[in-house]
Amino acid sequence: MSILVLAEHNNEILKEATKKAITAASKIGNPVHVLVAGADCANAANDAASTEGVEKVLHAENSQYKNMLSEPISELLIDLMSEYDYLVSAATTNGKNILPRVAAKLDVSQISEIISVINGKTFQRPIYAGNAIATVESSTDKNVITIRTTAFETAKDSKSTAEISTIAIEKNPGLSEFVEEKVSGGERPELTSAGTIVSGGRGMQSGDNFKLLESVADKLGAAVGASRAAVDAGFVPNEYQVGQTGKVVAPELYIAVGISGAIQHLAGMKDSKVIVAINKDDEAPIFEVADYGLVADLFDAVPDLDKELGKIQK
Amino acid sequence: MKILVPVKRVVDYNVKIRVDKETNAVDLNNVKMSINPFDEIAVEEAIRIKEGGKCDEIVVVSLGPEQSKETIRNALAMGADRGIHVKTEHSPEPLLVAKVLAKIIEKESFDLIILGKQSIDDDCNQTGQMLSALLDCSIGTYASKIEIENDSFVVTREIDGGLQTIKLAKPAVLTTDLRLNEPRYASLPNIMKAKQKTIDEVDPADLQIEMQPKVVTKKVEEPPARIGGGKVESIEDLVDKLKNVSGVI
Ligand SMILES: Cc1cc2nc3c(=O)[nH]c(=O)nc-3n(C[C@H](O)[C@H](O)[C@H](O)COP(=O)(O)OP(=O)(O)OC[C@H]3O[C@@H](n4cnc5c(N)ncnc54)[C@H](O)[C@@H]3O)c2cc1C
Repeated sequence: MSILVLAEHNNEILKEATKKAITAASKIGNPVHVLVAGADCANAANDAASTEGVEKVLHAENSQYKNMLSEPISELLIDLMSEYDYLVSAATTNGKNILPRVAAKLDVSQISEIISVINGKTFQRPIYAGNAIATVESSTDKNVITIRTTAFETAKDSKSTAEISTIAIEKNPGLSEFVEEKVSGGERPELTSAGTIVSGGRGMQSGDNFKLLESVADKLGAAVGASRAAVDAGFVPNEYQVGQTGKVVAPELYIAVGISGAIQHLAGMKDSKVIVAINKDDEAPIFEVADYGLVADLFDAVPDLDKELGKIQK
Repeated sequence: MKILVPVKRVVDYNVKIRVDKETNAVDLNNVKMSINPFDEIAVEEAIRIKEGGKCDEIVVVSLGPEQSKETIRNALAMGADRGIHVKTEHSPEPLLVAKVLAKIIEKESFDLIILGKQSIDDDCNQTGQMLSALLDCSIGTYASKIEIENDSFVVTREIDGGLQTIKLAKPAVLTTDLRLNEPRYASLPNIMKAKQKTIDEVDPADLQIEMQPKVVTKKVEEPPARIGGGKVESIEDLVDKLKNVSGVI
């Protein structure tokens, strides 16, 4: 049962999502190999090689892999899959973009965003925005699977180092071209790996008011998220969106401010360990999932919270 | 240019679904059904391209039971030109949908196929990508902006870190994200007009595709319920509980 994991990296290290995919892959079987494709990504290949559960790293170096465009990466994976039974990746936008293209070429279905491995052919996955959990069984020998990162632990560093083998397959279908990328980045932790998240909704009223949340987030070392309504209104960029069709998160602490708690938003955060809701409407559905709900005007409550947290820090 | 827009009939996004413990499936009896919201965005985008003078015909296609015709009519009322209904008992898995679409595209060629990025029932997020593989053409998922050039499409995509712009060779398969556009409501005259538009019926048996699914659902359960509803009276109270009871700050 050989498994290939598609890695995402920043050339230096693997993304945490990939380390979670490695954990999921190890639950399916072994050996687990990792493909690190990119331009100038030798360090990331080394990081993969020193991750627990990884037996071998395939390192593909080529400028056409730099931006993870679907067509060239799928071409590479389709070739490699003649040697493997499973292809696994995190359900990030890259994983979701690339894996189904490979699956169709292998004439298999993709099993999307699994949350548990029952056995090599049987998996659980959420459907209907997480309002139901389906147990699905595959009937094919080869399987292509994406994993929901909130459901698996991050693979640890290993004391030993796995073999790294350089591969050179340079087919490029030439169908797509990278133009540019606008990535906001910044000092704050990434939403999908943050321990604490402070999210704002339509109740924030403007992008400027998000500064209130940023100040709280800074004190907690937290990431900042948002509801779809806040993104659609242009308060914050699209990558902040938490929910069924945005990012799925499960931090230790999720603070929802001025968010009503629509099904689609809950789908992205209801597995958080502790949920705090600040909303002036005591009937807002967000309170039904909150451990600590505060019925208050956010423009009073958030500055107060900021002050209280400031006191603890001192 | 000809555009194909596949649409799916799904449980309306406002409905809170229920799992039927006896049938081990989601209860779909007397539940409001609608066009998948992302597909509606795809229809709207095709219409805007046509209104911009860059498209001659928009064809919508749906796989599913008889009622899927309503979903097609809905798209025709928005402004699509013609429909194709592929009659199946249930909505098949994404790979099969992609195979059926590929066969339809083989018969009459399209320059652009726009799909929703995911359907909000099975949340699979696969069909467009699979179709691009079967057609050996380019793929642009999660589009928030589409620009048409002579022989290519410039597509801005919503990705985890922000926005990415790529240039794709024609023909292309694109999938829509939420912020691509805001779909229009069909006007009454257009709803009446849509009744005259053609919907061709296709029997999947005539397409020579083995309609056997490769992945079967064994059971469906409700997720473990979250016990919420706790309240605090003040920010001091909240901070105290977070620190001393939950230990998360
Ligand atoms: C296909 C589809 C996909 C979707 N995907 C997502 C998704 O991924 N993520 C997502 O979040 N949504 C998604 N949605 C949208 C979702 O249905 C809701 O519309 C959205 O989550 C609402 O955002 P909100 O809670 O910020 O806004 P609202 O529902 O308008 O809520 C605003 C809240 O702020 C409170 N408020 C206002 N002023 C104050 C104040 N001064 N102090 C305190 N409280 C205040 C109000 O009481 C209210 O509860 C999707 C919808 C569709 C159709």
